Amino acid sequence: MDIAESLGRLALFADLSPSQVEAIAHSNEEDVFAEGERVLRRGLSGGNFYVILDGEAAVRVGDAELSRLGRGDYFGEISALTNDPPSADVVAITVLRCLVIPASRLEQLLLERPQVMLRLLRMEARRLQSAVEWRT
Amino acid sequence: MADLDRPFPPGSYDVVVVGSGPGGLQTSYWLRHLGVSHAVLSRDEAPGGMFQRFPIFQRLITWTKPDAPVERTTREYEWYDHNSLLAEEQDLKALVPSLMDRAYDLPSRAEMEAGLAAFAEKAKLEVRYGTTWESTHHDGDRITLVTDAGAYRCRAVVFALGVTEPWRASVPGLEHAAHYVDTWSPERYAGRSVFIVGKRNSGFEVAQGILPWARSIILGSPRPVQTDALALSALRIRYLHPYDEYARGGPGTYVLDVTISRIDPTADGFHVVTHGTVWDGRLEFDVDDVIAATGFRTPLRDLPALGLVTVNDGRVPALTPFWESVTLPGVYFAGNASQGAKGLGKRGAGASSSSVNGFRYNALVLARHLAERLNGHTRPRRPVDDVVTFLLRELSSAPELWVQKGYLCRVVTAEDGGYLDDEVEPLAHFLDSGGPDALAASVEVNESGTIVPTLYVRRHGEIAEHQLEPHPLHDYEGEPYRRQLASLLGLQG
Repeated sequence: MDIAESLGRLALFADLSPSQVEAIAHSNEEDVFAEGERVLRRGLSGGNFYVILDGEAAVRVGDAELSRLGRGDYFGEISALTNDPPSADVVAITVLRCLVIPASRLEQLLLERPQVMLRLLRMEARRLQSAVEWRT
Repeated sequence: MADLDRPFPPGSYDVVVVGSGPGGLQTSYWLRHLGVSHAVLSRDEAPGGMFQRFPIFQRLITWTKPDAPVERTTREYEWYDHNSLLAEEQDLKALVPSLMDRAYDLPSRAEMEAGLAAFAEKAKLEVRYGTTWESTHHDGDRITLVTDAGAYRCRAVVFALGVTEPWRASVPGLEHAAHYVDTWSPERYAGRSVFIVGKRNSGFEVAQGILPWARSIILGSPRPVQTDALALSALRIRYLHPYDEYARGGPGTYVLDVTISRIDPTADGFHVVTHGTVWDGRLEFDVDDVIAATGFRTPLRDLPALGLVTVNDGRVPALTPFWESVTLPGVYFAGNASQGAKGLGKRGAGASSSSVNGFRYNALVLARHLAERLNGHTRPRRPVDDVVTFLLRELSSAPELWVQKGYLCRVVTAEDGGYLDDEVEPLAHFLDSGGPDALAASVEVNESGTIVPTLYVRRHGEIAEHQLEPHPLHDYEGEPYRRQLASLLGLQG
């Protein structure tokens, strides 16, 4: 399955036409990480937005695991949008295949494709909601 | 040649290197330098790899400046000469500039090939030519390569095979088109209309090559041409005449952001159906020729069947920071395929591992890694007397850091109240491996494409990143930098 086909199956891009998805696939790089490799590093600048095409990753702060991510999940959006370094590490738990969208291109993509922005916003709202519920 | 006279008969070696292009030659040179027993096999009959055939129309895209403010035998000169292989011996350094006709600051293909052949000969690098790797057995800690000469067993293999096998994107009908590799002799496009699929370097190279001949040229692919942050761009402006013409509204040359839905052969050419990617709409073309400039892949043979995982639509192996397959232990890649290790990719910036200037440094780091892993080699660690001066000089002129921006870094480690030089490492390894207090210097590029000297400080296992101020002449050795660095390190300025 090529990258465009993998992306087209993900919820984040479900509202886009095949050529719009293909443009995203071709305008960004794919990267594959070994089991145990760090993908996003807490405290370091220049982090990208990652969409998981295959495999599993853990969000960690120190030794504490905050959550697990799998196919179709994404990470790095907060630091990509705020330009602040990430507040957690993301580590590949299995061989992990991602589409890597640099921050500058993420901003451009969200402005050009409001359907993707809306889906991202909904997911952020859900994450915020569950974080609030967890604390109360 | 009688088989007995040939080097590297089948048998057991610590390492087997496959390939005699720049990646294979450079790796073999450093392995020999570090005393690692190895064989070098090549299916070719002579050194040079892809430069025996490519690039077809144009010169290389990486510069070599025969005259520079520093001597050709210095380490700093490597930043002025991106095409020579590296060596310790003075007479093996900077071989390409002396072979150039100076028509341009880019060597021609033939000059590059001659430089590689001269390196192999002068360095007396042994290669078993005319030997083809056919299949592979991987049993955990031993690897067997079956060749037409017999079997080679090793603890690690370094494939330096290039990224040279024509690859076509999955566009219906593209299989009917000529590939970039079939486009020798631009005269054949005289008076013809040509659709080129692909807008990366090979697409623009062939477009520029046939620009004086073709009646009209359309370049089409989904990805827009990005020239806003050139330091971050994989696309080199060396071949961008066709884009310049299109940007000025020049008739007959078009550079389009489109997906190509299908290519139908017709009685006298091709019908191409496209859809806009950054604009809505459909364009159809009737052209005489279609050329697939969709790139190349590494000839991996049976490795994917053994579990080797790839990136870039299956075109290159997915690699760790030390260029080992992420799934097949002991299987390493050098040369152009080392681009499968992408590093941190901060702000989307890639390493320069797809060209000689970058992968020649990877080869030394890889050879040292193999020497340490297989032979227990320990690198000599020279004391660094004045750490501030040392790091600022590295940031200003270390060719490894300047070519492999954000991928390779210079490391010094604190020990007994002073610092020891730990040489050049992949930055990802420094950041993730842990260890004693240490510093790493790296040259990076910010969002707007400005070059930023960057320092990573590891204290008690925690890493802190510090970006120093950019400088218009990229000279970071002045007093403000000295003060800033001294204060970061808790030293008196």
